[in-house]
Amino acid sequence: MNPAVTLGAADWLTLFTHFLSLSLLAVGGAITTAPDMHRYLVGSQHWLSDAQFNASIAIAQAAPGPNVLFVALIGWHVGLNAGGGAAAGWHAQLLALAGAAVAMLGILLPSGLLTYSATRWAQHRRELRAVRAFKTGLAPIVIALLMATGWLLTAAHDQPARDWPLWLLTAATTVLVWRTRLHLLWLIGAGAVAGMLGWV
Amino acid sequence: MPSQDSGAIDAAPNAPRSRADLFWSFTWLALQGFGGVLAVVQRELVEKKRWLTREQFVEDWAVAQIMPGPNVVNLSMMIGDRCFGLSGALAALAGMLTVPTVVVLLLAALYSSVADAALVRDALRGMGAVAAGLILGTGIKLIGALRANAMGMPACIGLALATFVAIGLLRLPLGPVLLVLGGAACAWAWRRLR
Repeated sequence: MNPAVTLGAADWLTLFTHFLSLSLLAVGGAITTAPDMHRYLVGSQHWLSDAQFNASIAIAQAAPGPNVLFVALIGWHVGLNAGGGAAAGWHAQLLALAGAAVAMLGILLPSGLLTYSATRWAQHRRELRAVRAFKTGLAPIVIALLMATGWLLTAAHDQPARDWPLWLLTAATTVLVWRTRLHLLWLIGAGAVAGMLGWV
Repeated sequence: MPSQDSGAIDAAPNAPRSRADLFWSFTWLALQGFGGVLAVVQRELVEKKRWLTREQFVEDWAVAQIMPGPNVVNLSMMIGDRCFGLSGALAALAGMLTVPTVVVLLLAALYSSVADAALVRDALRGMGAVAAGLILGTGIKLIGALRANAMGMPACIGLALATFVAIGLLRLPLGPVLLVLGGAACAWAWRRLR
């Protein structure tokens, strides 16, 4: 069941400051702060249900666009609950949109301002030895982080007897991305079809 | 191509023509990015549009990843800012977020009616496996950019392997790993850069 929620002005402010406070902690992406969002919004405040929280993450990952949009969906669900649920009509939809806006603004404003000013500063001093050392040193690290992310996604399916077709699909995609200029949407489409046909 | 950049991306053959070009380019990028936008950013901005060289992309990506906030969102702001200043950063940011937000909200509204459909679940399973491959393939491609790295290839490979083991196999938290390995890497790079 989705919780019935009443949000006063102070609660909206609390919602906003919760995302504000997590923004600067989100090194490695907003998803790294998801556990804390869950603890506070689902656990302490009961502003959205467990199922709504999980659906927010699942939908944002399946949909095109940056994964940070899961934050918009969390805000959307909170607003929807405050308006009495999707069945309550346009009033609830309006509150849902307000929730999405509040959440996104909160999560993006501090990190955006910091990144903007820091990269500007570094851009004007790009010949500085420290700036060059920073970028040079981190290059192999972030490439490895990328590979580790791909690996972790694959390793989440950990039963060889059942999951080998998935691994094969991932391996084939890796080679195609690396060696060809095939449009990436074809690959995503092929994955969807393979899934629907029960091949993977 | 007319270029208004301040010489920052002078090694790249092309640059965005206008703020509208930035907005729509990033909108189109974001809408292709299932399971993460990074693979698409590399393909479109480095290989097709050539707004960045591979080496510049790795450097920018390193900064975007280290700063708090969503990586690809940071990256879009950095590229937009370099070409047109604050308004460019905002145009790129708006492109990355506006239309995709509308799409994701529509999907959420539809979701309750399809959440249980086995077909949707199976399709997502296949798309998830492809998304992992997109990330891995992009990573392999970027390894080539390390040839120009001042630390030298052996040091780069060693650092990359250590990071992969720490995050991918030992599953250590990102913060300490970045602090220790990233700190060591930057110190080594500092010594090598003259």
